[in-house]
Amino acid sequence: MSDRIFGVVGLLLALGYAWAALVIEESFLSDAVGPKAFPLIIAAVLGLSSLAIIIKPDKAPEWPSFMRFVEVGAAIVVMILYAIFLPELGFVIATALAATYLTWRLGTRPLSSVVSGCLTSVGIYAVFHLVLGLSLARGPLGF
Amino acid sequence: METFASLADGFAIALTWQNLLLALLGCFLGTMMGALPGLGPSNGVAILIPLAFTLGLGATPSLILLTSVYYGAMYGGRISSILLNIPGDEPAMMTCLDGYPMAKKGRAGEALSLSGIASFVGAFLATWGLIFLAPQLVKIALLFGPAEYFALFTLAFATLGGVASTNQAKTAFAAALGIGLATVGVDTQTGVPRFTFGEVHLYDGIDFLVAIVGLFALSEVFLFLEHRHGDSDAAKHKVSVGRLMPSFSLLKSCTPTMLRTSFLGFIAGVLPGAGASLGSFISYTMEKKLVDKENTFGTGDPRGVAAPEAGNNAAAGGALVPMLALGVPGSGTTAVLLAVLLALNITPGPLLFTQQPDVVWGLIAALFIANFMLLAMNIPMIGLFTRVLLIPPRILMPIVAMVSFVGIYGISGSSFDLLVMIGFGVMGWILRKLDVPLVPIILGTLLGNAMENNLRRAITIDNGNWWTLVDSPLSITLWSLAVIGFVLPIIFGKVLKSRMRMKKDEEGAVID
Repeated sequence: MSDRIFGVVGLLLALGYAWAALVIEESFLSDAVGPKAFPLIIAAVLGLSSLAIIIKPDKAPEWPSFMRFVEVGAAIVVMILYAIFLPELGFVIATALAATYLTWRLGTRPLSSVVSGCLTSVGIYAVFHLVLGLSLARGPLGF
Repeated sequence: METFASLADGFAIALTWQNLLLALLGCFLGTMMGALPGLGPSNGVAILIPLAFTLGLGATPSLILLTSVYYGAMYGGRISSILLNIPGDEPAMMTCLDGYPMAKKGRAGEALSLSGIASFVGAFLATWGLIFLAPQLVKIALLFGPAEYFALFTLAFATLGGVASTNQAKTAFAAALGIGLATVGVDTQTGVPRFTFGEVHLYDGIDFLVAIVGLFALSEVFLFLEHRHGDSDAAKHKVSVGRLMPSFSLLKSCTPTMLRTSFLGFIAGVLPGAGASLGSFISYTMEKKLVDKENTFGTGDPRGVAAPEAGNNAAAGGALVPMLALGVPGSGTTAVLLAVLLALNITPGPLLFTQQPDVVWGLIAALFIANFMLLAMNIPMIGLFTRVLLIPPRILMPIVAMVSFVGIYGISGSSFDLLVMIGFGVMGWILRKLDVPLVPIILGTLLGNAMENNLRRAITIDNGNWWTLVDSPLSITLWSLAVIGFVLPIIFGKVLKSRMRMKKDEEGAVID
């Protein structure tokens, strides 16, 4: 069943892609092929392979329980927040928070997670910024 | 003799303090990443590319660093196979079969050093193979026109699923998805924006480094979160190494095995769509057929340890041949290495050998140096690497995630790229659950533009005649190989895959 849904999503993707290819505005100066032809070929491959997946699906993978889904979803949200707030908070603070969260959710006790998260953050900062001179996001505190 | 002169030049380039230090660092990091289950060669190289890039290393030093990581990971994979019966990366799968039984008999140290030597023999011979075969392939490749290149790219995608692929539809889907992603951005030939939906960030296309790090590294983090597989596997096992050096007679009895399997592995590496996993698989199967008279394979036969290790390291070297000579990688990790070249603005392919010989020969010399370093590192320092196995993933995975973020942020300094990377991470996780291979997606994003340009060039040269694509004997050959390579696994794939899968967990999606 998972594969059927996946195939349908793929098919919709192929159709959307083909439609987006057809509405590309061609410039008056174009080569013999133009910017549309290749994407249309790819859309056809995408569509045909999706059809093949719908017709002959593999057996469904083991999907995680609802709780595990929430777990992964929460991690995604944390990472998105990290990406958005990185320039705001600065590298060290943002990374310490995100690393602490991930360590905690992977099954470390809360206090050890805080320690490990902070060490991860400071360690990366030391190696990549202080030693290797990579420019990382600077927060209001200057690090 | 010209070859040796070039090689000497290569050594002159590679033997600087900076490059030696980078090779040492790469070997060390690579072995560690190979040893840790869950971090394979592709992930390892993927995480380090943005870093090498942002550190402002030149072309040759970055390549030396990253290929050392590549070779190192191939060595490192065996450690957890032997000690824990869990392959550190996919090519090391077959090493479990005899390595773990040997360890159980208290011969772990011997198994580790023997497999280290076998790895060395495989990689060393394969590097020589690379030196002699690649220039020959270049001569053929110089005959290629745009139409042949288009056919060659198609061949690469058609065979990428590999002989062991179970579902070719999914491979085709992944390849088309990757190529589709590559077409996002301003069209290089006419200058019109395509699939950008008015988003300015998308005008210069999707950065393939962002895609690679997201797909490989972040999806791994999500998989670990899903299973909450936070404790190290080593904690449950008693890791004892025992006697370290194999006896001379043991080495002597394994020598023919190592030589045969190195050759076989190298061929498997050069052929498109085979890669190191298949290299170690056929090496093991062939040796079993050939020398296993008393049915000792599978019960801790040293030859069963030497065979797959020599095979997979030789295949790793062999896979560099098509990548350097044609610009078309045949395996997952070489696809990632191709990304390194492209990020450094080096176009691999036949012209690389004539235009930038210092890059090629410096790289080859570095491979030799890395190989000796790895041999030296892997036998006396093996205790250190076995200790690495004790780091639990719950500490390690957040570090992997954070280093990925650092690398990508270092390149562009934009939050938008980080968001795109997370998007790719989620996509990679879902696709891995559905058993869709990720390597064709990467290769598609890397080669999509070159493929389209060659198609359009070929047809424009022939005034809009599409039949030009199948006009020369060379391109017809390539097309037929592509068709055969795509259809063959549909017939034989199931059998082969089920045999290879016996020893393998469910979601090791990065086939290499």
